[in-house]
Amino acid sequence: MNDTICAISTSLGEGAISIIRVSGEDAITNVNKIFRGKDLLRVESHTINYGHIMDDNKVVDEVLVSVMKKPKTFTMEDVVEINTHGGVAATNKVLELLLENGCRIAEPGEFTKRAFLNGRIDLLEAEAIMDMINAKTENQRKMAINQIEGKTSDLINELRSDMVQIISNINVNIDYPEYDDVDIITQEILIPKIKNLKAKIEKILNETENGRLIKEGITASIIGRPNVGKSSLLNALLQEEKAIVTDIAGTTRDIVEGQISINGILLNIIDTAGIRKTQNVIEAIGVKKSLKAIDNADLILLMINNNEKITNDIQELVEKVKNKKYLILINKNDLETKLDRKKLKVEPERIVELSILEDKGIDTLKEKITELFKIHEIEKKDPTYLSNTRSISILKKCLQRIKDIEKSIKNNVPIDIIELDIKNIWEELGKINGTNYEEELLDEMFSRFCLGK
Amino acid sequence: MNYDIIVVGGGHAGCESAYASSKKGHKTLLITSNINNIADMPCNPHIGGSAKGIVVREIDALGGVMGKVADKTHLQIKMLNSAKGPAVQSLRAQGDKIEYPKEMLNVLKTMKDLKIMEAMVEDLIVENNKVKGVVLENGKKISADIVILTTGTYLKADILVGDTRTRQGPHGEKPSQFLSDKLKEYGFKIIRLKTGTPQRIDKKTIDFSKLKEEPGDDKLLTFSFDLEPQYKIEEQLPCYLTYTTKETHKIITDNLKKSSMYGALDDIEGIGPRYCPSIEDKVVRFKDKERHQLFIEPESKQYDDIYLQGFSTSMPPDIQEKMVHSLPGLENAKIIKYGYAIEYDAIYPTQLKKTLETKIIENLFTAGQINGTSGYEEAACQGLIAGINASLKLEKKEPLILQRNEAYIGVLIDDLITKGIRDPYRLLTSRAEFRLLLRSDNADQRLRRYGYLVGLISEEQINRLNKKEKEIKELFEILKEKKLKVTKEVENIFVMNNISIPTSTMTYYDLLKRPEISISFLENFEVINYKKEIKEQAEIYLKYEGYIKKAYKEAEKLIKLEKKKIPDNIDYDKIKNIASEARQKLKEVKPTTIAQAIRISGVNPSDISILSVYLKKEYGKSE
Repeated sequence: MNDTICAISTSLGEGAISIIRVSGEDAITNVNKIFRGKDLLRVESHTINYGHIMDDNKVVDEVLVSVMKKPKTFTMEDVVEINTHGGVAATNKVLELLLENGCRIAEPGEFTKRAFLNGRIDLLEAEAIMDMINAKTENQRKMAINQIEGKTSDLINELRSDMVQIISNINVNIDYPEYDDVDIITQEILIPKIKNLKAKIEKILNETENGRLIKEGITASIIGRPNVGKSSLLNALLQEEKAIVTDIAGTTRDIVEGQISINGILLNIIDTAGIRKTQNVIEAIGVKKSLKAIDNADLILLMINNNEKITNDIQELVEKVKNKKYLILINKNDLETKLDRKKLKVEPERIVELSILEDKGIDTLKEKITELFKIHEIEKKDPTYLSNTRSISILKKCLQRIKDIEKSIKNNVPIDIIELDIKNIWEELGKINGTNYEEELLDEMFSRFCLGK
Repeated sequence: MNYDIIVVGGGHAGCESAYASSKKGHKTLLITSNINNIADMPCNPHIGGSAKGIVVREIDALGGVMGKVADKTHLQIKMLNSAKGPAVQSLRAQGDKIEYPKEMLNVLKTMKDLKIMEAMVEDLIVENNKVKGVVLENGKKISADIVILTTGTYLKADILVGDTRTRQGPHGEKPSQFLSDKLKEYGFKIIRLKTGTPQRIDKKTIDFSKLKEEPGDDKLLTFSFDLEPQYKIEEQLPCYLTYTTKETHKIITDNLKKSSMYGALDDIEGIGPRYCPSIEDKVVRFKDKERHQLFIEPESKQYDDIYLQGFSTSMPPDIQEKMVHSLPGLENAKIIKYGYAIEYDAIYPTQLKKTLETKIIENLFTAGQINGTSGYEEAACQGLIAGINASLKLEKKEPLILQRNEAYIGVLIDDLITKGIRDPYRLLTSRAEFRLLLRSDNADQRLRRYGYLVGLISEEQINRLNKKEKEIKELFEILKEKKLKVTKEVENIFVMNNISIPTSTMTYYDLLKRPEISISFLENFEVINYKKEIKEQAEIYLKYEGYIKKAYKEAEKLIKLEKKKIPDNIDYDKIKNIASEARQKLKEVKPTTIAQAIRISGVNPSDISILSVYLKKEYGKSE
């Protein structure tokens, strides 16, 4: 019960800063694995440490990390709190990294429960906590039933029934080796089956991603050098004066958000401060945020001035956005063309020609975004996706295990050992739709295969 | 006359119980209805099999007798799944139905604190929910501090053949008429189970030329960690294979109503095992299957009976004749004994503690088929655990409770007492979540020290284990240090064996991580001076290190939860907010730890949370 749990402890979507709380034996070790900065294992208790959360070598977010060693913590276990700044996407990413690195999502009320179990909260509070836990779990039960909608539940069930066939067959091979009329699961038989499972899980995850787009929309960052017309674009899209538009370079210091709908999908637009080297401290923060916005956005709209020759700065930015979904917007087509398109080295379909002043090209931009996200293909009614972080994290874990299985097969690991991983995935998937799997496997074995004395 | 322990029943469970308690110096009385049926094998002739073979190794590791008796008497032995991974390999021997019981009786007769008596037990002496002895059929009372019931299928046994039901046990033996009713009176929930057995065929009338031969392994093998092989490879008797035919299926379909199970008898209550369907069941349930595999197995060197595994039936004799004669090789076969089904009473096993003492009557233990299991090995291991724990209780010592990550025996007992049963329980590999840890090859390393602790394993035996483990460790270190330099000569050996050449100097350890490289291959370069079993252990641990470590990590989680104890006197009615199904299940099973509570079906994670909170509140930090 003392495994390490984590959860976002501020409510999602509210406020720029979120806190992720981690508690348990491996709290410090696990956070340390994804933290670049001081070695958290060596810092004093109750200190706040500045650094970055890393995904391999990629910075996910700039953070402040509080390290609190037991017993003087809320749960009386080692507790780490990560203050993220990058908004919803970055916070979710940090949470995901923690899950990948040995933490598990906390059940509702679990921090409080631990606080109680470890004697942090006195007995008088016990009844109240009991009621709370009960209330939470009633919700939890309802959530377990409702967390996945129709089609996805069917998909998971289908996945599991594919798996139980493989598992039961392997188990029959193990428990009844002397039967010569039962198919023997070999690597050759297993490989396509595993591939098929992987494809199905990936499909659910993709649909989940689409579902997220339907629910939360596409986050698009407009970036570019100062005074290229980013705020004007935002205003044109929003058709209202929200951002402050001036011709003094560097006016926009804060990220300004606005939402429009493109063919039924929400586009969350983030205007950023112009990217350039600056001495002004306030503006510098804005620039940093802009660079971060590249990491966190689903779509990058990189804006370039038609009226200027290409510079190293611009080429650098183009390279920077290339590993994301991006479009290059060439603005100020009403002015003389000085920009050599060829030097951008991007596919022509990535380029949108604009003149915001003359209100030209805005519709083309919307069409390009539609194409890029295949918005037409997203089923808008009855979206089938997992909405619950826990389910998604289970499914991602399963995908990782499937990849491990593929490696094991390559390494000639005996099928009966690979079966342990397959069974584990099958059990994990059972947790998503709350299936009771206890007798399922045995029933399958003895109903499909004819065995016995 | 007062005994320390009375064991009722001389089957595989009873023998182990009686052996263990008398070996530990407790005055023991074994009561059997027929001394000639001690350690009888009324059904198939196997000892071992998948998972079960590992149980026999575990029994031996703990100091029980089944493995040694089997080693001394079997007709053939094999390692099942030898081409698969180490976790699923398991021994199976073809026992000799005359020699095995004879040898077992000999072993028991050497026990100076054990007395064997022929009698039928029909009641218990119970005072204040505490057992004080047994009452025989003739009314005679024998007192004892502890009673272990290992009555097998003999409680109200009925033999079913066609439309006849006869109150008798296997071999036409007299069953116990009243004991199960008495148990019901004492408050036990009794269930009715069913199993079946096929025909015995006269060996001289089988045309073996039409059958496929299945010999024993050409490698010497033993169940026991203490014995050298007692047989010669070439002297093993073969088994054979045959198959049902279309005609067999037609006979069965046409006469289905004559089978006890398909209408001939209308008062069948017993639930048969899923994994041991009768041939009628197979033909009915698997209509599309053109043929079913049957195993033809010798029962003994002393007589000609052949066991027809896979053909269990409750058809009347005339139909059985036709069925048998429709089988290739058995056209003219003479049936010595007809197949039958048997119905019997058993105790619903959630009424037991992990020690196999009943929750209802103190000092009463039960083991074997009476607890709803099936199989000689399942019975024997329970008998051993009951015998050990009965003795430990007399000695006022902590009981021996094996966990799910320690032994198949632990899995079996935990399943029985936590989940209950639906049909007779058989061990299967898939029931063990930690099967990578519960291997045949390491049963001694897992359990011998427990055997030593309870006094069934000698100083000498434990010293041998210590030495073995020391050598495994040594070898492991050596493999980590030794390096192979890739010279021309070395390259040649790799090429000759069709193994890709390492690109640089590597340790033996790293080389062995490659699936195609074995220790015996590395011995092309250097002799590794350790016994075969040591090399085998080092190799298994090295090759599967990642998987084994993962399993240990999983096991650690379980161990932590097993340490969270639930007091005996907990009142589940006092816990608010627990779901009513969970409450009922918890009251029935009375789990002793949080880990066990989690495994009860119908108890949800939220119920566990509430239970944990309640425990903390009521019992504070004393847990």
